[in-house]
Amino acid sequence: MIVRISGEGQYRLPDGDADRLNELDNRAVSAVEDGDETGFKELWSQMLELVASDGNGLDDDELLESDVILPPRDISFEEAKGEFSGDGLIPD
Amino acid sequence: MPGMGGRMSTVIKAKINKLLDRAEDPSETLEYSYQKQMELLQNVKKGIADVVTSKKRLQLQQQKLEQQVVKLDTQARQALASGREDLARTALERKQFAQTELQTLDQQVAELEQQQQGLIDKEQKLRSKLEQFRTKKEVIKAQYSAAEAQVKISEAANGVGEQMADLGLAIQRAEDKTETMRARASAVEELEAAGTFDDLTQLGGGEDDIDRQLRELTSGAQVDDELAKMKAELGSGGGDSPALEEGDKEGSA
Repeated sequence: MIVRISGEGQYRLPDGDADRLNELDNRAVSAVEDGDETGFKELWSQMLELVASDGNGLDDDELLESDVILPPRDISFEEAKGEFSGDGLIPD
Repeated sequence: MPGMGGRMSTVIKAKINKLLDRAEDPSETLEYSYQKQMELLQNVKKGIADVVTSKKRLQLQQQKLEQQVVKLDTQARQALASGREDLARTALERKQFAQTELQTLDQQVAELEQQQQGLIDKEQKLRSKLEQFRTKKEVIKAQYSAAEAQVKISEAANGVGEQMADLGLAIQRAEDKTETMRARASAVEELEAAGTFDDLTQLGGGEDDIDRQLRELTSGAQVDDELAKMKAELGSGGGDSPALEEGDKEGSA
């Protein structure tokens, strides 16, 4: 699975991480819907951490489309309201 | 997982399509990509220039505010030495406000510096991806049948397109942020124009709108502390207090 962090780059993650990422994504959507900024920030950092710990950066000669595009690392809660809604970043 | 949900994905998808859609033949996509690349490069340059301009403006304000902090401190001492505690308090409130502004400015200048560097890095990364695409295209053509090559080149073109689209978004975001900082810089300039940092000792007493606003913005406790400290210094310092041009008349008791 290829994941892009917008403004940063692409990472290759084991396909098994998809479920975990999806779960975090869905919880992030709930947090945003509840207006729970602290909860969202926590989940968002867990998502970034998952990419950081399991992901390997793509080489420059790997030209691949991403399966998931995450918003910029420093996304604000206001911006997140536009991103994390409905099915979230990752449709179920 | 089909991926590509969320607004960010949708926006980037739409941008990729705009970047790549027109070329039926992926080989033509390269030419088209290069044209788009040139356009984007112009945007990056403009984006960086904007960031640098904003940074310079903020740095200029930093210098001005630093001078104001020194000036207001002196004014507070003068006022206190002349027995005008009210004026001293106002000066200290303004000083505190200037200091808070300074902190924000410091952060913003640092942030802009980061932004500048980030845009330069991203632009280099995109260049390198495009170079890879150019090479890869030839390799794919040599190794695969025409139909397979078409598909593979198309995939690679999408990869490059995504990179480009993402850079486009990064530039847009940088410009939005710069815009916000500009607005803030203008606000400080307006305060300056309104006389917030003028010489208080020339104004005499009285409280105006600015003072009322400042009082809301600054912490009374901190001003009290500083005032007390200043009083103690003046009290114990005896006659060696500097810059008491007016205060000297009454002597430093």
